[in-house]
This record gives sequence, structure tokens and C-alpha cells, in this order.
Amino acid sequence: MKLYFQNTFEIFRKELKSEFRTKYVLNSLLMFVLISVSIIRFAAGDEKVDNEILTGLLWVTIFFASVSSLARTFIKEQDKDTSVALKLTTVIDSVFTGKLLFNLILSFITSFITLFLFAVIMNYEIKNLSGFIFFFILGITGLVIILTIIASIISKANNKGTLYPVLAFPVLIPLLVSIIHSTKLTAEGAETFSLYEEVIIILCYIVVVLTASLMLFKFIWED
Amino acid sequence: MAIKIFKYSSIVLVTAVIFLSFLIPIPHIPALGDKARVLYYHVPMSWISVVAFFMSMVYAVKYLRTRDPQYDVKQYSAAELGFVFCILATATGSLWAKFNWGAFWNWDPRQTSIFILLLIYGAYFVLRASLDNYEQKARLSSVYAILAFVTVPFFVFIMPRVVDTLHPDPIVNSRGKIDMDPKMLYIFLTSLVGFTFLFLYMFQLKVKTEILNLKLKNSSN
Repeated sequence: MKLYFQNTFEIFRKELKSEFRTKYVLNSLLMFVLISVSIIRFAAGDEKVDNEILTGLLWVTIFFASVSSLARTFIKEQDKDTSVALKLTTVIDSVFTGKLLFNLILSFITSFITLFLFAVIMNYEIKNLSGFIFFFILGITGLVIILTIIASIISKANNKGTLYPVLAFPVLIPLLVSIIHSTKLTAEGAETFSLYEEVIIILCYIVVVLTASLMLFKFIWED
Repeated sequence: MAIKIFKYSSIVLVTAVIFLSFLIPIPHIPALGDKARVLYYHVPMSWISVVAFFMSMVYAVKYLRTRDPQYDVKQYSAAELGFVFCILATATGSLWAKFNWGAFWNWDPRQTSIFILLLIYGAYFVLRASLDNYEQKARLSSVYAILAFVTVPFFVFIMPRVVDTLHPDPIVNSRGKIDMDPKMLYIFLTSLVGFTFLFLYMFQLKVKTEILNLKLKNSSN
């Protein structure tokens, strides 16, 4: 168990190091977000976009930004044939948790920047900020867990780019529906406590999906 | 032996249902009327599409445990048949929706959940198609089937409770009782059993042919 946490941390550090050597994923994510927000701005023109629609657009941007780059952590190992070395030197499950931690950090950075851009460029108004941030963090966490486990599956497949959203989307729908619903309501000023049903659903979803991923990862990582 | 039982009993039961469902008068139900007869076909179809998905998940677990190729064959046979029944459930459902709600498709939570079930089946087949190695195909699609299955309860059972639906109560309603005219209930149960037997017969036939196919492929190599 101690070895497991140690390995998780080591893999997390390795990912951070190799990422900040090139800053490839972070830069492409940020550019993706910036481009999406400016396209939305140009499309809207002079018109004021409704807050409700903006919440949807925010999640669309975050979903596609994540899908465009989070798979890289696993694809990289496959392309450079470094997965064998990882298999030899680490506890299996720690590969998943280490990469999950890295993806989480990356997604939190980019999603908060997206949120900031939406607020500045699109005049996105949030009335109940603490509640919104709470649901926002829950949503990103669930999203990243699923995207990380699906990334490990598609790293073995042929047409990686197109397969990623196809596989991830059906599994993510329950989360996306409830997260869009609750962030929309909190942005309009709903109390966090009035949405306790949503909190329970999202928490259950995260726990179930995380447990399943941890149990299944060793079968994916086998070869 | 079992395959013959399923074959003949499903022939008898489904034929009986086709006649009875149109001939037996049903009591007046507010806002539904004779359109309620679709339940003899629609409910068994959606029931089978969920059961097939469940079977697929169970065989996926068995495959990961034993690595026996026959479980992989069973896994995707169940998924393929489940997909067919899922399409049938969607079709019968939206036909009914056209005449009761006025449009074939209006994103009712129930319709959304069957749409997601179709998407999951679709994603599963796309994943299988994009893997070349047989062992890898079996293993990774098993993982995906299990992962997708654990999220099914969220949209089949939880979403309709959170978002309002116009869909009539499920057969066993929220009060835990079955509110149905006894005559209708008998026909409905016959139909449920008949179509389930039909599914099991098709499933066994499919598994048999797929295993023969695999043997043929191996012997020719």
C-alpha cells in the first residue's frame, strides 16, 4: 500500500516533469479554449448571449477541450514504447492514479481559465459563486476520471482521435446532464442546499465510476 | 434441448400475442384509449434490450475472469441482439409518441435514456471494430461493457425521477403495485415471456453460429 502511494506520486511527478519540459498539452488546451471562446464571441456579434446558453457553451468548450488533449498521457506511452518500462517498475494501479492526478491538475487549470474567459469576454454572470464553484469542481472531477480510463482503452486502438469522444460521451451523459442543470441553477442564484439531490447523484456517480475504473484498469494495462 | 423448447414455445406464445393483442377489447384508459395496446410490444422490447445489455456485462466479467473465448462470443452476441431489440423499442415507442404526444421525438427523459442506450451499444461496436488483435478486442470491449453498465442505473432509473416525464407509469409503478386490468395483464405477461423466449432462442442460435465461424477460421489458418 505504501509502495502504491509512492508510485502514484512518482508517476505524477514524472508526468509533470515531462509536461513542463515541452508544455505541449497545456499550451494546446489553452489555445483550444481561447479559440473556442473567441469563435463564440464572433458568432454572437453585438448580441447579448443568455446566461443559460452560456452555461451550456461553457461545458461544450470544456468537454471538447478535454477530449482533444487528455488522451495524450496514455497515447504517449504507447507511441514511445515506454509502457513496458512502466509495467516493469511500478504497481499497476498507480499508473492510473498518477495519470489521473496529473489530468485533474491540468483540467482544473484550464477549466478555471475557461471560466475566467467566459466571465471576461462573454460577460457570464454567476450569482451564487460558492455553489457554482462547488458543482464545477465536482463536474470536472467526474469528467476527468472517465476521460482518463477511456484514454487508457483507446491508446490501444487504431483511430484514436475519433474514438475518444465516441466512447466517452455515452458514459458521461448522466454526469453532464446533472452538472449542466445544477451549474445553470447556481449561476442564476439557486441555493446550494436546494440542490442536494443533484449533489448526491453526482457524488454517487463519481464514487461508482472511480471504483469501477480502479478495478478494471489492470485488465486494460495488461499488454 | 433447451434451444428447441425456446423455439417452439416462443412460436406459440408470440403468435398468440399477435392475435390477442388486436382482438381482445381493453378497458378505457384516460388519454390512452386503444393506443395502450402498444404496451404488449413496446415494453417487452425495452425489457429485452436492458436484459441483453446486462447479460453482455455478466459475460464480460466471466471473460475477464476465465479468458475463455466462448464468453466473448456470448458477450457480443447478446450485445448485437440487444441492439436490434433496442432499435425496435425506440421505433415502437416513437410511433406511439407520434399519436399520443404529437411528435415522433421530443426528448422526454425516457426517450433520452433509450437514446443513450443506443449510443452505448454503438460505441461498443465501434470499439470492437477498431481493434485488430482478437484477444485485445475481447478484453477491452469487456472492460468497456462493464464500465458502461455501471452508469446505466443513473439514466434509466435516476434521471426520470429528477426531470419530469410524460411517459406513463412503468408497469410496476412507484407505489410498488401493478395497476393493470387482469385481462391485459395476462396478455402482457404472455408477450413478455414469449418475446424473452424468442430472444433466448435467437441468442443461442447466434452463439452456435459464431462458435462454428471461429472454428472454421482457426482450422483454415
